[in-house]
Amino acid sequence: MGVARYWREIPARYNLIGKKCQVCGKIYFPPRSICPTCRRKSIGKMEDYKLSGKGTVESYTIIYTPPPEFSDKVPYAIALIRMDEGCYLTGQIVDCDLEEIHIGMRVKACFRRIQEDGKRGAIYYGYKFRKV
Amino acid sequence: MREVAIIGVGMTEFGEIWQKSFRDLVAEAGIKAILDAGIEGDEIDAMYIGGMSTGRFIGQEHVGSLALEVAGLEDLHIPSTRVEAACASGGVAMHQGYLAVASGMYDIVVVGGAEKMTDVVGGEATNILASAADREWEAFFGATFPGLYALMARYHMHKYGTTPEQLAMVAVKNHYNGSLNPKAQFKRKITVEDVLNSPIVADPLHLLDCSPITDGAAAAILAPLDIAKKYTDKIVKIKASVQACDTLSLHGRKRFDSLPAAVHAAKKAYEIAGIKPKDIDLAEVHDCFTIAEIIAIEDLGFFEKGEGGKATEEGLTALDGEIPINTSGGLKAKGHPVGATGVAQINEIVLQLRGEADKRQVKDAEIGLAHNVGGSGGTCVIHILEAV
Repeated sequence: MGVARYWREIPARYNLIGKKCQVCGKIYFPPRSICPTCRRKSIGKMEDYKLSGKGTVESYTIIYTPPPEFSDKVPYAIALIRMDEGCYLTGQIVDCDLEEIHIGMRVKACFRRIQEDGKRGAIYYGYKFRKV
Repeated sequence: MREVAIIGVGMTEFGEIWQKSFRDLVAEAGIKAILDAGIEGDEIDAMYIGGMSTGRFIGQEHVGSLALEVAGLEDLHIPSTRVEAACASGGVAMHQGYLAVASGMYDIVVVGGAEKMTDVVGGEATNILASAADREWEAFFGATFPGLYALMARYHMHKYGTTPEQLAMVAVKNHYNGSLNPKAQFKRKITVEDVLNSPIVADPLHLLDCSPITDGAAAAILAPLDIAKKYTDKIVKIKASVQACDTLSLHGRKRFDSLPAAVHAAKKAYEIAGIKPKDIDLAEVHDCFTIAEIIAIEDLGFFEKGEGGKATEEGLTALDGEIPINTSGGLKAKGHPVGATGVAQINEIVLQLRGEADKRQVKDAEIGLAHNVGGSGGTCVIHILEAV
């Protein structure tokens, strides 16, 4: 895969830059170009917004059968996280015993290596989450 | 809009069919359906074929043209279109075929669905199936497709007290039904212990909570109801054909204990058909994972939200239950060749409504429903069929 595909997502994946609709004030992550509530009114009014990185585990799973890129990580936790700004995202939970993870757990984003393009290819970074 | 009937169906056996190619499967399902309907090739006006990822499974796109060639219809130069909506590709192909006939544009339409999944090796199929999820914002971070349904399962269990045993009972029931279906991939019965002792794929989902990797194809022939009698006296009418869509990602949804697209499509389908959930005699639902069946039977209004696990445990969805679900064995036991699944569900409902489902026949079945889902709920197609 060409590196441009990963490079262009760097602001969102490194720094959790989402979008805020300047009409209704709602915050979106991953970034989107139209607010689904305000639609036409939101055109040109979606501004960059940096999330606090804080959120709560809404649900989680432990992956035992991974895609090839993650085969050295198993078992690892994937969670559905409700960010304090109201939007949801999907990410790994790291740096804790898998047994500790529970619905309602408070987490904060951290900057980590996500995957790499083979042994000699680019390394892709982004957010994962740690227990607060 | 004209009323539309299904005048013929056909499908291949589902499973790891190493000796048959994608072409062979498409030809076999199509020929069976055409013979069942008793139509001649030159009566066909158009074809729609569902396929999720032919490009990555067999390196072949442009399968509309391939299907036309396989059918030997190239000299007619009729339109043949490939339709893609992940695991709902077959259902969306059905919906497109329905629209084409209902609108008056075409009379006889062939709808097909096919997937050849076992020509790739190792974890490649898992990776291809992850294309049904959001590649940039789910799969990139390590979420797998079973993982997304595991998130829904954990959420449902936490909110309603649904148990791993209740999830397992969906698989046990569907394997039992599959044991009665000669075309099913798995014809062996399993127990709750078998499911709970099988390896964990994405906790809380075990291997036997998941539908398998499958080769297979299915087809159906559509015609306007008023000329359907010319071909057959075993007419099944399409009472409603509804497609609804939602966000690609699970995290983009408003709720995680339900597929909002399925709820929306079901409501609309019941309105169009002028019936209520209790009028449905049997349903084929999209049990790509056991939790998906529990959520589906709630979303379709057969049971209250949160009661799906208990209903399964009480046997209400069994072959002799209040509302038999997945009499074919479902995706779990019949198999899940992703692009074919939506059309295979139609095959089962048609056989049941014609009284041809043999050992798994539901007594006095008159109205059946098929519920086909793409991805984690980004697309849902519902068909309500009635014997006339």
